[in-house]
Amino acid sequence: MLEGIMIGLSAAFSIQNLLMVIAGCLIGTFIGMLPGLGPMSIIAIMIPVAITLGDPTAALILLAGVYYGAIFGGSTSSILLNAPGVAGTVATSFDGYPMARKGQAGKALTIAAVASFAGGTIGAILLMIFAPALSSVALLFHSAEYFALMVVGLSAIAAFAGTGQVAKALMMTILGLILATVGEGALFNMPRFTLGLMDLQSGISFITLAMAMFALPEAMFLVLNPARGASGAEAGSGKITNLRFSREEAKAMAPVIGRQSVQGFFIGVLPGAGATIASFLGYAVERNIAKGEEQAEFGKGSVKGLAAPETANNAACTGSFVPLLTLGIPGSGTTAILLGALIALNVTPGPRLMTDTPEVFWAVIISMFIGNLVLLILNLPLIPYIAKILAIPRNYLIPFILFFTLMGAYIGQNNATELLILVGLGVMATILRFADYPLAPLLIGFILGTMLEDNFARSMQLYRGLDFVIERPMTLGLLVLALLLVLLPSYRARRARKRAEGVADGD
Amino acid sequence: MALDRWIALIFITFCCAYGYLAFFTMDQLLPPFMQRNPVWPSTFPKVLSILGVIVGLIVLLGLEKQTDASEPSATEINYRRLHEYKLGQALMLLGLMVAYALALRPVGFLLGTTLFLIAGSAVLGERKWHIMIPVAMIATGCVWYLVQQVLGIFLRPFPFFMGI
Repeated sequence: MLEGIMIGLSAAFSIQNLLMVIAGCLIGTFIGMLPGLGPMSIIAIMIPVAITLGDPTAALILLAGVYYGAIFGGSTSSILLNAPGVAGTVATSFDGYPMARKGQAGKALTIAAVASFAGGTIGAILLMIFAPALSSVALLFHSAEYFALMVVGLSAIAAFAGTGQVAKALMMTILGLILATVGEGALFNMPRFTLGLMDLQSGISFITLAMAMFALPEAMFLVLNPARGASGAEAGSGKITNLRFSREEAKAMAPVIGRQSVQGFFIGVLPGAGATIASFLGYAVERNIAKGEEQAEFGKGSVKGLAAPETANNAACTGSFVPLLTLGIPGSGTTAILLGALIALNVTPGPRLMTDTPEVFWAVIISMFIGNLVLLILNLPLIPYIAKILAIPRNYLIPFILFFTLMGAYIGQNNATELLILVGLGVMATILRFADYPLAPLLIGFILGTMLEDNFARSMQLYRGLDFVIERPMTLGLLVLALLLVLLPSYRARRARKRAEGVADGD
Repeated sequence: MALDRWIALIFITFCCAYGYLAFFTMDQLLPPFMQRNPVWPSTFPKVLSILGVIVGLIVLLGLEKQTDASEPSATEINYRRLHEYKLGQALMLLGLMVAYALALRPVGFLLGTTLFLIAGSAVLGERKWHIMIPVAMIATGCVWYLVQQVLGIFLRPFPFFMGI
C-alpha cells in the first residue's frame, strides 16, 4: 500500500496533473454555481475534453476535480441565492441562506469551504483504508457474482429513489438496459436492434446519452421557467466581506464535522444513496442531537446546521468512488459517467485496477487531497469574483449551454447525425422529467447493461445454464438481496398505509 | 390519465415491439453452431422485454401507491400548465439545434456557430445586437481554437465552397 501511495504521489504531483486538479476545481466551481447545472451535466460536458487528453490518470483527476468543484460551487449558490445548483446542496441553503441574509455571507462561505475540505479529506482517508480491503475481497468474485452484484446495484438505485418512485425508477433502469443492447455486442459480434441503420451499428454513444439526459433537459427547464435561474443579478453585485469565523464557532463545528464525515462517507458508499441523502440525513441527525438553544438556531443560520450537510455531501462524494474503483460498479449518476469515461480510455475499473494500473488508482486518491486543498486555498479567496458569473444574463447563458451540449456530442463522434439523436433523446428526457421519472437510473442501466449481459452470458456458458445461481451461494444471496431491496419499500409503504387506515377506522 | 401513465403505456408498447423482435426475428439469423450455446444474443433482450412489460404495467395500473402529489415549487415545472411557460422559446431553440445539426457540415463551424449563438439569444428576447454579435464571434473563435489547435480535433471552419 505504501508503495502504491508513493506511485500515486509521484503521478499526482506531476505538473500536468496538478494543473488538471486546479483546472478541474475551477471549472467545476465556475459552472456548478450556475443554478440548474448539476455535477452530472458538467462532467458530461467535460468528458470529450477529458477523453482527448488520452491519459486516463489525468482525465480522471480532471473529472474528479470538476466533481468536487461543482459540489462546492453548488453550495455557493445555495448560500448566496437560496438556489441550489445541485440536489446535494439543498440542505446547505437551510442555514447558509439565512446566514447570508444576516450579512454573514463571507463567514458562511468559509464555513462551507472548511466543512467541505474536512469532509472530503476524511473521506479520502477512509477511501484509502477501505478501497484496498474491498478490492481484495472483490478479487474472489467470478462473473456470476459480478452479475449478481450489478443486479444488486441497479435495484438499490431503484429502491433509494423514494416512496412511490420505485417502479418508475425500475422502468427507467430497464429502458437504459434496453438502449444498451442496441448495436454490435462484443460477445456475439452480431448487430442487434439497429433497424438497418448504419448510424446505430456501433450503438448509442454514452456521451450523447449523458448530455441528452442531464444537460439538455436542464437547459430546457431554464428556458421554460425563467424563475428557475432568477435573482442572479442581485447576488452577483452584493459584497462578500469578512471571511472569518470565531474560535467558539470552530469548537462547535469540530464534532459535527467528525461525525458527518464518517456518516456521509458510508452513505456515499451505498449504491443509489449519494450526496443528496447524506446531506439531508446529516442535517437531520445533527439537529436531533443538538441541545436546546442550539437546536432552535437550526434553520435560522446555525453554524452546525451549515457544517453538517456540507461535510456530509463531500464525504459522500468521496465515498461514491469506493464501489467505482473497487468493483467497477457505479453507485450514482455521476460515477456512472466517470465509469463511461474510463472505459472510453481503455481502463476498466474493478478489483484489478489497484494491481494492474496502480498509478491511476492512487493518483486519483492523492488528487482528492490536492483537490480539496485547492478548493480551500485557491477557490475561497476567488469566490467574490467567481460569484460574478451569477450575474450573466440568461439570454447569453442558455445558448452557450446548448452549444456546449451539442459540441460535446459532436466532438466525441464527429458525426452530425449524433446531434439529431441528441436532440431527440433530449426531448424524450425532458418529457420524462415532466412526469417525474428519475433519469439517473436510465444512464446507470445503460452503462452497466453491456457488462451485466457479458457477465451473465459468461456464467451461463461456464455452468451450461442457470445452475450458477444454486451452485454459488454468494450469487444466490446477492440476488435475494436485490429482490428484497426492490420489494421492501413497497411492503413498508403498504404496511404504513394499513396502519393509517386502521387508525382512521377507530382501531 | 396522467402523463406518467401515458409514458408507461408507450413504454409497454415499446417493450412489446422490442420483445417481438427478440422472440421472433433474431433467432432465425443465428448460425447453427451458436444455437448450441446456452445463451443467445436474444436471451438478454427477451428477459428485458418481459421485465419491462411487468414494470410498465405496475406503473400503468398504479399498483405502487403514489405519495400525494404536492404542487411543484416555483422553480419546478408543472406540465399541466405548460402553456403558461415559455414553450414557444423552448421549441424554437430545439428547432435551432436541429438546424445547427443539419447545417454544421455544409456551412462550416465558424459561421454556423456564430449564427447559432446569435439566433439563440435573439430567440430568448435579447436585442442588443452590438453586444450579441461580438460575444458570439469571440466565443466561437475561442472554442474553435481550443478544439482544433489544443485538442487537435478537426472541425471544418469554413463553408463547403471555400474548399478546406
